[in-house]
Amino acid sequence: MSRRRRLPGSLARWAVIVLVGGYLILPLVSMLEFSTRGDLGTRSLDAWVAIGGDPNLVEAIITTLAIAALTVVGMLALLVPTMTWTYLRVPKLKRPVEFLCLLPLAIPAVVLVVGIVPIYSILTRATRGSPLVLVFIDIILVLPYAHRAIDAGLKSIDVITLAEAARSLGAGWPRVILQIIVPNLRGALLSASVIAVALVLGEFTISSLLNYDTLQVVINLLGKRDSYLSVAVSLAALLFAFVLIYGIAVVAGGKRRPVEESIEEGVA
Amino acid sequence: MASLPASERQPGAGPASGGAGSRSRTRSAYLPTLPFFGYVALFLILPTLIVAVGAFQTADGLPTLDVMTTVLTGSTFHRAFTRSIELSLVSAILGAVFGGLLAWAVASGGPGGRLRQFAVAGSSVLAQFGGVMLAFAFLATFGLRGFATLILRDTTGIDLTRDSSWVYGMTGLIVVYTYFQIPLMVIVFLPALDGLRREWREASTSLGGSAWSYWRHVGGPILAPSFLGAALLLFANAFSAYATAAALVSQGSPIVPLQIREALTSEVILGQANVGKALALGMIIVVAVVMTLYALVQRRASRWLR
Repeated sequence: MSRRRRLPGSLARWAVIVLVGGYLILPLVSMLEFSTRGDLGTRSLDAWVAIGGDPNLVEAIITTLAIAALTVVGMLALLVPTMTWTYLRVPKLKRPVEFLCLLPLAIPAVVLVVGIVPIYSILTRATRGSPLVLVFIDIILVLPYAHRAIDAGLKSIDVITLAEAARSLGAGWPRVILQIIVPNLRGALLSASVIAVALVLGEFTISSLLNYDTLQVVINLLGKRDSYLSVAVSLAALLFAFVLIYGIAVVAGGKRRPVEESIEEGVA
Repeated sequence: MASLPASERQPGAGPASGGAGSRSRTRSAYLPTLPFFGYVALFLILPTLIVAVGAFQTADGLPTLDVMTTVLTGSTFHRAFTRSIELSLVSAILGAVFGGLLAWAVASGGPGGRLRQFAVAGSSVLAQFGGVMLAFAFLATFGLRGFATLILRDTTGIDLTRDSSWVYGMTGLIVVYTYFQIPLMVIVFLPALDGLRREWREASTSLGGSAWSYWRHVGGPILAPSFLGAALLLFANAFSAYATAAALVSQGSPIVPLQIREALTSEVILGQANVGKALALGMIIVVAVVMTLYALVQRRASRWLR
């Protein structure tokens, strides 16, 4: 960084980083300060300790993690064979698949929930009200980000040659996808999974309007009762998501990092 | 790149694949993609159709224009749409300007820099996974006993809480929305900044151009379409957002997503069961218009930037 300081405009650059970056950091610092307030101006970790002691919260965290895990499995099962297949055999379908995967960006979640209510009233009855039923809709929500990550992975390897080699040695299609393509996509699949987990952890719109107690719904309810606890959980969840995403960025480091790419392009 | 020869080379489709069997063979090649299309049809397309059709139906399923007319002309709904658009516009402009500046400051560190990795990861968390948590971040900062509120009162004597209604009103929404718009702008705008080639700057400088003339005649015009595109994306993002506002505003429904919440939780308003669907259709239309503009602008943006 220090060599940049000599370039013209670097003062302005650092001023921007400090001011705008400061605006983004300030609420996080505030959360830390707020959630560690004790009596009479002392510091206390009570709110943070209380996270583990609230049964509703613990249950919601476990439920949400289960939803996240199933969403990852479902997303991979839905996208990996389909996208690999479009690369190998039906390239004509690449664009339609991409279009459908990006569509959730153009249909607000609050709109989707209005249309999904009748479908879910059937599903809820069939599953006896288990919150895991949210997996179906969460898979849709993660499609844009997962598609970008996996697409970047498929572009970076020579899918066709790999498949040809495996086929000529007698491998069937399931084996080609599971044992040849998937191991070569490890990085991309990991990015897609991490983004999916972070997205499910932050999901509020659909679970709250369908009345399921996921992490965010419970945090929101807590806010009305114990603001210190709710701020502590919020900060913990944000930091957890940050560690996940930053970790992937660092692990993938070196070349063009797939997470960054998929996030940047997934949004665009 | 590797995908280029895909249409020519199809493993498994050897020389024997010509003739009578080839048509059914091509058709069966589509089969493995059916689960994907079926799934998306059921959980994405069908709900959208239910919204679009329901907006033109009475509670008994008879066709009517009444629901849409109510939503378009009813003063409550009309105001909600106006406010939603205002909120999205203001937060998109603020987010685009400040986020654009931050992206520029971060981009110069080079694609591999630590500062940049940190900024991108942090931005994606705040922009995409924040939701409810950002509402609490905002309250911990500017709420009645928030960090910034207390500091301002103790050091400068400015009392933000004298009229505390701003926190839960439109001003509060603009502040908190800008808070997730800035990081989204960083993520969306960084690739465009990466497309600016160093040589252009050097050419401008070696011809005697100042920093100002470079941005005025080279950098600015090249980035303008990307900037506009990103701002449109920010608008759609704010317009679609629900969680932050829902957590912050528990009384009244100033904006459209909160009107939808009201319609869903108290199903029958004025005897009109499908008001929620009509509001949702209104949102789809606004977002569709914005995204179409975005696609047009994006085509122009890609002319110079890869």
